[in-house]
Amino acid sequence: MIDFSVNGKQHQVDAEPMMPLLWVLRDMLGLTGSKYGCGMAQCGACTVHIDGQPVRACVMPISAVAGKKVTTIEGLSKDGNHPIQKAWIEHNVPQCGYCQSGQIMSAVALLEQNASPSDEDIDNYMQGNICRCGTYTRIKAAIKSVSSGPDLAKNVGDDA
Amino acid sequence: MNHKIENVSRRHFLKVSGIGAGSFVLGSALPIAKPVWAEQSKLAVELNLFVSINTDNSVNIVCHRSEMGQGVRTSIPQVVADELCAKWDLVSVVQGLANAEYGSQNTDGSRSIRRFYTTLRQMGAAARAMLEQAAADLWKVDVSSVYADESYIHHKNSNRKVSFGYIAEAASKLTPPTNEELTFKSKKDFKLIGKPITGIDLPNIVTGNADFGQDIKMDSMLYASIERSKVLGAKVKSFNADAAKSVNGVVATFKMPDQPTPVVFHPMNGVAVIATNTWSAMQGRKVLDIEWELGANAEHNSADYVTELKSRIVNKGKEIRAEGDAYADLEKAKQTHSATYSIPYLIHAPMEPPAATAVFKDGKCEIWACTQTPQSTQANVARALGIEADDVIVNVTLLGGGFGRKSKPDFSVEAAILAKEMQRPVKVVWSREDDIQQGFYHAVSVQHFAAGMDENNLVSSWLQRTAFPSISWTFTGTVDEPQVGELSLGFGDVPFNIKNLSCETHKATGHIRIGWMRSVSNIQHAFAQGSFVDELAAKANISTYQMWQQLLGENRLVNPKTESFDYQNYGESLDVFPIDIKRLKHVLNDVIEKSGADGETSANEGWGISVHRSFVTYCAVATKVKVEENKVTVLEMHSSIDAGTIVNPDRVRSQQEGSMIFGLSLALLGEISVKDGAVEQSNYHDYQVLRMSQCPKIETYIVESDAPPGGVGEPGTPPVAASLANAIFHASGKRIRDLPIKNHMSV
Repeated sequence: MIDFSVNGKQHQVDAEPMMPLLWVLRDMLGLTGSKYGCGMAQCGACTVHIDGQPVRACVMPISAVAGKKVTTIEGLSKDGNHPIQKAWIEHNVPQCGYCQSGQIMSAVALLEQNASPSDEDIDNYMQGNICRCGTYTRIKAAIKSVSSGPDLAKNVGDDA
Repeated sequence: MNHKIENVSRRHFLKVSGIGAGSFVLGSALPIAKPVWAEQSKLAVELNLFVSINTDNSVNIVCHRSEMGQGVRTSIPQVVADELCAKWDLVSVVQGLANAEYGSQNTDGSRSIRRFYTTLRQMGAAARAMLEQAAADLWKVDVSSVYADESYIHHKNSNRKVSFGYIAEAASKLTPPTNEELTFKSKKDFKLIGKPITGIDLPNIVTGNADFGQDIKMDSMLYASIERSKVLGAKVKSFNADAAKSVNGVVATFKMPDQPTPVVFHPMNGVAVIATNTWSAMQGRKVLDIEWELGANAEHNSADYVTELKSRIVNKGKEIRAEGDAYADLEKAKQTHSATYSIPYLIHAPMEPPAATAVFKDGKCEIWACTQTPQSTQANVARALGIEADDVIVNVTLLGGGFGRKSKPDFSVEAAILAKEMQRPVKVVWSREDDIQQGFYHAVSVQHFAAGMDENNLVSSWLQRTAFPSISWTFTGTVDEPQVGELSLGFGDVPFNIKNLSCETHKATGHIRIGWMRSVSNIQHAFAQGSFVDELAAKANISTYQMWQQLLGENRLVNPKTESFDYQNYGESLDVFPIDIKRLKHVLNDVIEKSGADGETSANEGWGISVHRSFVTYCAVATKVKVEENKVTVLEMHSSIDAGTIVNPDRVRSQQEGSMIFGLSLALLGEISVKDGAVEQSNYHDYQVLRMSQCPKIETYIVESDAPPGGVGEPGTPPVAASLANAIFHASGKRIRDLPIKNHMSV
């Protein structure tokens, strides 16, 4: 039995120690917001936060999550009112939407570490999240619209 | 307002299928050919196939096409609701089950709006007319004195008004008007059509609550992962079932039925591992130790195949369209130029690998799948199970990308076979490796172009040849040359004003499954054509723009139909959707003017342009790159699109952004190679797709037009590869004729 918390709720699961967190979330806990895209930390669709740090859940053995706090897209906010979620809608970012849980979780982690990222910072940080629909320019615009840097504020209007 | 995809929620499933109570009530609970909202809301009053109204004045509008990011679950209700005069906030979308009454539900070919725009307006207008008549009857006034607005019927001569919800019951008892009796809004009165309405699924997407095919979950469901043949047609000789079953969580193994030939949409040969969770099923696969009998396709090597096609393509081929005498003119031309181009196999790699869930009970089957084609899914599942199509219910989930992959129903057939075998709900989960190694590939192709110019550098002869395994090979196993449908995609419809023209094909047979991928054969044809125009411009020492102007000639309508070439025009009439040179030239002018692609560039920088008509839409692309130390950086991409009437301009914009990135991704990085019959790539590390840092600044210009709506999802892709290769040439002098670019320079 492995104990850990997801979105503030304590869970105890009987899973193989090597089973990745992603499949525990999706198949055992019914939290399907975190997506399977590659199974080898290549695409970022499964990104969740563990103790506040972004992690690719598809390669994180559940045994390594014991005692930790996991936040998934479902727990990011009540009613989808996180500033990043609101910016995503305002910029009409998603197309198919499949990668967007992971994109949002990465973007939130980025802004928590760097409140006013440059274009290059965003490119570097979001490099691990693939969007096959090609929403990159909108993702970048949405991130910039909620960043706080004075040098970025003037760019927001250009992109909005 | 809850826009959660209505036919797939677990809540709904529990309610209608009784899974929660431990019993299945299929068929009787979700009757075929009856609108799904009849089950969802007993209070809904049906006015027609697409419109029903609830007593609380909310409106249900059916989306009968699959949502894969193109925004169709927003744009279809936009069209219906506008003619209905419904208040947008009161509109809910209901995803249509597989049902032939809707017409085609095959969501491909950039045609949801193109084909259904008029029908959808009729549905909205017919329902509105019935509501207006019912209100007029209620008030005992002439129907001409009432009008609908924002989900109410108003009386012009008094302050009386009545809600749609109140009057719907009476309206539903009226005889529906004929199409001839309908009145339609004029463009100036549109409140929804032409407006950039936010996608209705976005609130669920950004909170992780949207249901994709991979996300279906039901009580007692099992998860299947299938080890399929890496070589098409290879057969399972033996496997170790015990080893797989010794993996914790694995419940059973099952050898899939032998795949017949032609391969069509039949599931591939292989062994399914069925488990209590996805990961266990995937682990079980690893120890199956399958021994394969490989078969003839194991001799296929894509590199050798390209070499073979290239040696063939320099010879005269089978003429499919000709004017004048290209060969004679080439003989006497002042100067000639020729070039050969190639594009490797490509794969869609949507972010969501295919997935389908099936329940089989009492001779009936219900499917939940991220399918582009519910009716084909229904037919193929019925055939595989030996039951009637009416006994197969197909629910369409959201699609985590499609790009053509999910217009093949093989994965739903797999789920159906396994659900019948296990007598429990089964979800088949494709891994990324499965998606990349056992897909339906965009065909490897080779093109050869030649042109003759006179003493004034005017192009007087144009010769083009193409060779690639046909999609029809997948369906027949015997077709060994490009077919008219594929040749209608940017090849036989070459719109140039040249006296001497020859369009020819060469034979090429298939060895792996060939299928449609976003913009299909336009990919290779637009790359070769757009590159060759640029090459001729360089040869004639004029700008690429000037060469396009010369080749396109005077404004006119082009009809490429000949006795030997039955041009398909995307299934549309040339009278309604002609090949209009004026529109082609306009998007080219537009993109050059707005991008500044005709301006000066810094050292090592260059612009490339190309223009292409596909899916009866016109699109020009201008790309600017920098090339330094044999590394290309794409700086900016601009496109101008004339898709006729636009329903949702923001979605057109996002589709342009996406289809251009799709084109850029395949041009820079896309390559599937086959060795000994098996695909060599396996995941995103070796089948790379564009990432954020490689994504340039993108600008989209939409041409205002009242022409009938054209396609939107695909026309942005074809011109990209040529514009990119041309830009690289203008920046560096290096001409790349064999994609992807990554094989020639750093990207």
